[in-house]
Amino acid sequence: MSIDPLIIDRPEGPPAPHVTSNTLRAVASQTRPERMRLSDISVFYDGVPAVRQASLSIHQGEVLALIGPSGCGKTTLLRTLNRLTELTPNASHSGRITLDGDDIHELEDTRLRTRVSMVFQQPNPFPMSIFDNVAFALREQSRRRPRRRELEPLVTQALQRAGLYDEVRDNLDRPALRLSGGQQQRLCIARAIATEPEILLMDEPCSALDPRSTAVIEKLILQLRSELAVVIVTHNLQQARRVADRVAFMYLGDLVELGTADQLFDAPREERTRDYIAGAFG
Amino acid sequence: MADAERLPQPVLQAPRRRRGRRSSVRSWRRTDQLIWALAWLAGIGVCVVVGAIVAFLTAKGLGALSPKLLVTRPSPSVDQSGSGGFLDPIIGTLTLAAIGTLIATPLALMTAVWVVEYGRPRWLAATVETSIEMVAATPDIVLAIFGLALFQFGILAPLSFRGSGGGVYGRSFFAAGITMSLIALPLTYTATRNGLRSTPRQLREASYALGKTRAATIRRVLVPRVRSDVATGATLGMGRIIGSTAIVVLLLGATLQNSSQGSVPLLGFLRGTGSTLTSYVLENSPAGEGNAPQKAYAAAFVLLLIVLVLNAIVARISRIGDAAGLSAGRLSL
Repeated sequence: MSIDPLIIDRPEGPPAPHVTSNTLRAVASQTRPERMRLSDISVFYDGVPAVRQASLSIHQGEVLALIGPSGCGKTTLLRTLNRLTELTPNASHSGRITLDGDDIHELEDTRLRTRVSMVFQQPNPFPMSIFDNVAFALREQSRRRPRRRELEPLVTQALQRAGLYDEVRDNLDRPALRLSGGQQQRLCIARAIATEPEILLMDEPCSALDPRSTAVIEKLILQLRSELAVVIVTHNLQQARRVADRVAFMYLGDLVELGTADQLFDAPREERTRDYIAGAFG
Repeated sequence: MADAERLPQPVLQAPRRRRGRRSSVRSWRRTDQLIWALAWLAGIGVCVVVGAIVAFLTAKGLGALSPKLLVTRPSPSVDQSGSGGFLDPIIGTLTLAAIGTLIATPLALMTAVWVVEYGRPRWLAATVETSIEMVAATPDIVLAIFGLALFQFGILAPLSFRGSGGGVYGRSFFAAGITMSLIALPLTYTATRNGLRSTPRQLREASYALGKTRAATIRRVLVPRVRSDVATGATLGMGRIIGSTAIVVLLLGATLQNSSQGSVPLLGFLRGTGSTLTSYVLENSPAGEGNAPQKAYAAAFVLLLIVLVLNAIVARISRIGDAAGLSAGRLSL
């Protein structure tokens, strides 16, 4: 594997992040096992296509960013991965999505969603305590309702992984709705990863947050990447560049280009990609 | 980001709030002036009317009210000084409010959950909504007549007061309380339904995205979220119950004293007849047979106090719900 010459020639600047360049990360992710594969996925609302024949793969240990202008189908594609589009009455789809080789439509929806978890754009903690929000994801996994002392270590671990534990450890029974926006979003992340999912979907998780909270979440995404696959939808091109290993550009329902972050942002192959990144539209 | 964090932040002090120049009412169109004036008049007029009612009842009732009236049972007497107080009607009021609310609240909650979260087939959901609206619009006296016929049937006879000759009267705290639940049901249902409808879709999706079933989402996320709405509706329903007179007269007997049937302590009481503050006020008002208007005013004042307390509870629940971002909106008695 050759070293990217861009790393050597880069002028002095801020200290390099603790991870290697996007290129090296992307190459590493491609050698990691494939977890999900989308084959010719099309999604329709009232017969109108919102996503057209998209095909891509998602690998363990990578961050895949979906970028594109509003209405291009990024969120629709994301929601297809855990079958949330089925909640929309007028939605239909064609194509195949597999998770570790199994068609996700052959799996029980509830079981699928414990393996492919999701964080939404707006923080949406439940009207419960911090503890119960995370424990909610863990309860009712079996017929017997687990006791609080059985759940405590799991809740603590999830909050630690989400980088929230130190800020809330003094009172986990505090109402979650009293947390700040950034804390609520981290709580939602803790809730989503509590069940040890294999893939984490994130739909513009930082769009409603201030820059400080955004930085914390981005750091968290990079940490989580080592444990699972992350698919993130974002409008923020700089954010995609900071956190993603691979980037997929979508436009009007088409998956226009898919490549490493460096390649897509520095040397896009498609003209539409080039125009979007240059700010010509979107 | 690190550089941005190191930049010195200027210290800013918020200036005193001052208003810019606004247009005066005199410069508005005549139509707008008229509407503005009517709006003010209506608001002030309502306050004046309500204030007059409260002031009147306070003046008349507070003077006639004594602690002895609240703790003494009514008793038949040719002399008003020996006719006792209205303890039994107070107990009757609270009993009917409790029975009606305990029946109406879970029924309303389950109905609202079904309509909002399931609601299929659509024609059935529409029928349920229309039925509840019809119940809300039905006069109390009509519900009372229906209840009287219902509780005289053999199958419901055990819940009714039975005369010494074995006749089933169709009257009892059971009969009145169960029928009262119908007048509380629409209020609790509406508040709960509005709460569920105002719950963001994202909250449900967040639960489904965690692998939860619809039933688990309803039970663990949605119902707790609309707690304050359910409580508001139940409190409003309670207010309707304590204000009803027709059902009390037909289905409770509106007797002077509460009388039990049978020897089982609570069951006997609930199968017995009695009165409430509303029937007591009716009986003792100048239009009634008791001819004790002072006591009627005192009982009416106590009834007003109960209504004001319930309204304050509703307001408090709504404020708590609003503070937590949970309630659909504020209602009142």
